[in-house]
Amino acid sequence: MIHPSPSAAAGRPSTGALLHRFANPGRFLRLSRWLFPLLSIAAIVCLAAGLGLGLFFSPADWQQGDAVRIMYVHVPMAILASSGYAALALCGLLSLVWKHPLADLAAMEIGPVGAVVTALCLATGSLWGKPMWGAWWVWDARLTSVLVLFFLYLGHIALIRAFDDPQRGFRAASILAIAGVIDLPIIKFSVAWWNTLHQPDSITLTHAPSMAMSMLVPLAISFAGFALGFAALVTGRLEAAILEHRAQQILTRRAGARA
Amino acid sequence: MSTPSHDRPADRNPAREGPATNAGPDGGRRTATRRMTRKSRRLWLTLTCLICFSAATALVLNAFSSSIVFFMAPSQILARPPVPDRVIRLGGMVVAGSLRRTVEDNVPVNVFDVTDGQAAVTVRFSGILPDLFREGQSVVALGTFRPGHPFAATEVLAKHDETYMPREVAEALKRSGKWDPRFGKPPSAGSWDSMTRNEAREMTGRSAQ
Repeated sequence: MIHPSPSAAAGRPSTGALLHRFANPGRFLRLSRWLFPLLSIAAIVCLAAGLGLGLFFSPADWQQGDAVRIMYVHVPMAILASSGYAALALCGLLSLVWKHPLADLAAMEIGPVGAVVTALCLATGSLWGKPMWGAWWVWDARLTSVLVLFFLYLGHIALIRAFDDPQRGFRAASILAIAGVIDLPIIKFSVAWWNTLHQPDSITLTHAPSMAMSMLVPLAISFAGFALGFAALVTGRLEAAILEHRAQQILTRRAGARA
Repeated sequence: MSTPSHDRPADRNPAREGPATNAGPDGGRRTATRRMTRKSRRLWLTLTCLICFSAATALVLNAFSSSIVFFMAPSQILARPPVPDRVIRLGGMVVAGSLRRTVEDNVPVNVFDVTDGQAAVTVRFSGILPDLFREGQSVVALGTFRPGHPFAATEVLAKHDETYMPREVAEALKRSGKWDPRFGKPPSAGSWDSMTRNEAREMTGRSAQ
């Protein structure tokens, strides 16, 4: 399906060479053809169920009242912000060590989605903090480390597109993504290591959740919905990126034949 | 095509060039093993860098942990009083029965004690308290402290805990007498069912009598 272009043989980086390095975009396209609609539909169903239950049928908190419903958006966004960055770092590792070509493209597409999710996490947290704590923002360890995560995403987005030679951008962005992984345990354990205004985790691996089942179930369903939506967005963006590169290649080849 | 001399240049830069060239079975295997060592070398290099970087970050965070904490506990403040007029944050639980509200010059003045279980500090705050403020709630107060005087707060934030509980459960727990929100955190969520079920049984039993 992919023909090595002459420029690739000469080792000169170009769109053609970049395309040549795709491990097997054809296989991914065959996968995404059914995976993308499947993920999208599953995400919509889960989001409708989870947010419907959470916003209308779950009980209000005994002291927070209805403001607790921000949780059904805020917590999934927070988990996805961290796990999205873990995926970005995994792509960085795959790219640096195994030179996996799809990993570079995936990192390029995960970045903006992850940044939006982190921004939504910060925004919903701020909206929640004002009525509950009495402040839009405080510089405690949890909030600050998530803000650092947001800047890491922005840096990654800029860096991966900063060079004329895409390979250099991929390399630099991979290193940033891997180095930034250190922020993830800091975010996770900030509420345990230092005293913060942000409350500790309600759901942990070691203890039973300190949350009523009638709130936990909608939260779990809406998390599944947002996670599937994240996966659908990344799959769709990756599919579009591969198709865009292919179209570019065809155009380039046609222009070359005409010349 | 697959002479050793021809294989070697492709070997040099195997990772950049995608699939291996059609070298013979031996050459192919040799390329594969070499590529493995390159890969594992890159893997170890990356992991080593990451571990070193993590260690450096951990040391820095550990060294600065006293400035990373958002607030200090009453016992810490009393044990080592801060420089007067230096703005600090005091955090702890509002002691039950300690809140006194007055009005001075049309501004509400709130005086209450904050404790961490070991020591208590009196806080004086003129202004409107957040909705979640109550006795038994954790709060964080920003202000200055002089030994012998109440902590002069300019801002009070409410810090809620990690428990999410429906109103009915809270009411049932309060009625059962097993938890009073003025004296600390609610019991763990796993015990709510049994605690409120016992209460419900008692109530049905009482109504049957």
